[in-house]
Amino acid sequence: MKTCLVVDDSRVIRKVARKILEELDFNCVEAADGSEALEACRKQMPDAVLLDWNMPVMNGLDFVKALRREEGGDKPVVVFCTTENDMAHITEALRAGADEYVMKPFDGDIIESKFQQTGLLRAS
Amino acid sequence: MIKTEDIQYVAAEAYKRSGLVLSTDKGYLLESRLAPLARAEGFPSIEGLIAAARRESADRLLWAITEALATHETFFFRDSTPFDLFKQEILPVLSRARGNSGTIRIWCAACSSGQEPYSLAMILDEERARLGNLRFEIIATDMAPRVLEKAKAGVYSQFEVQRGLPIQRLVQHFDQNGDQWRVKSNLRSMVTFQKQNLLDNFNGMGTFDVIFCRNVLIYFDADTKKRVLTRLAAQTATDGYLVMGAAETVVGLSQDYAPVEGRRGLYGRSGVAKSQAA
Repeated sequence: MKTCLVVDDSRVIRKVARKILEELDFNCVEAADGSEALEACRKQMPDAVLLDWNMPVMNGLDFVKALRREEGGDKPVVVFCTTENDMAHITEALRAGADEYVMKPFDGDIIESKFQQTGLLRAS
Repeated sequence: MIKTEDIQYVAAEAYKRSGLVLSTDKGYLLESRLAPLARAEGFPSIEGLIAAARRESADRLLWAITEALATHETFFFRDSTPFDLFKQEILPVLSRARGNSGTIRIWCAACSSGQEPYSLAMILDEERARLGNLRFEIIATDMAPRVLEKAKAGVYSQFEVQRGLPIQRLVQHFDQNGDQWRVKSNLRSMVTFQKQNLLDNFNGMGTFDVIFCRNVLIYFDADTKKRVLTRLAAQTATDGYLVMGAAETVVGLSQDYAPVEGRRGLYGRSGVAKSQAA
């Protein structure tokens, strides 16, 4: 079973995302900010990270930059999931090492579609 | 609840106009699709809309009803396999056959709001360097003016651009305007949209190297499927292709097309051996 680290400071969003991801057969780990997420990655690298942008302590962008410098940190597929829905943010995220980008609001279809494109899920 | 005789009337009229087979047990489908139209046309109810269509046997209303009943569901790179086949199989074979010159003509039959032709245009744009001096023409047709208008504009919601479209392609091929995303003008200029009912004659359409006709024939009865396939074949170049939906087949319906071995959903003209890309 693949593992997805869900990083969001909103407990509600984490819960919604977890429900969608568990239905897609992912094992979920949660983190409330970038620094907690980095801790979790150091313990065990997940296959995927679903990542909010704006969070206290360490934001999503700083997290992905830090993750990509970690040993084995190039492996996880990082999918942003944020209300920052403009081209400038998207290109900045991609430059920093993100693989995909979900603009909130999201639903199960969008997560599934994005996870298929990055090869995390086989196309149905 | 809509009366059975109303359902039958509407189903018969939609069938006559579009080939769409609507079984009479689909009352709920009728209700959900006609309610917005009834509202837009200023009728208090679906019954009112159908009564007006009956009373005046109003062609415009009946067309609007037919359009509302058709399924317009589509998204970018839907099912992905046909697009992989287009890039890895069809393009290399055709460009070899055409010797890197001339024009390759592509027809998206029943293109709905345009996601399929624009997906093909993205691939062509990305493959440009490998395609030499080949020229491409994408003709995209649908019977429904409302979806064609949207297709022509090339403007999609945030929700639509997140289904099937990888983020790199969104960045590369779209301009943002608030929460709307518009296909860039170089791609829009690659696609010609026009109104075409698959039941009407194809005069003036010309010959195509590739025809995409996906998830359309599933709504037709066997006779209509056969007729449409025969007429599509007449527009297909001898070494051309037909691409159908994952759940569709020509087997038992057409002598003119034969499956390309090992390539699901891909058909060539019968009696023409297909060279394969790899």
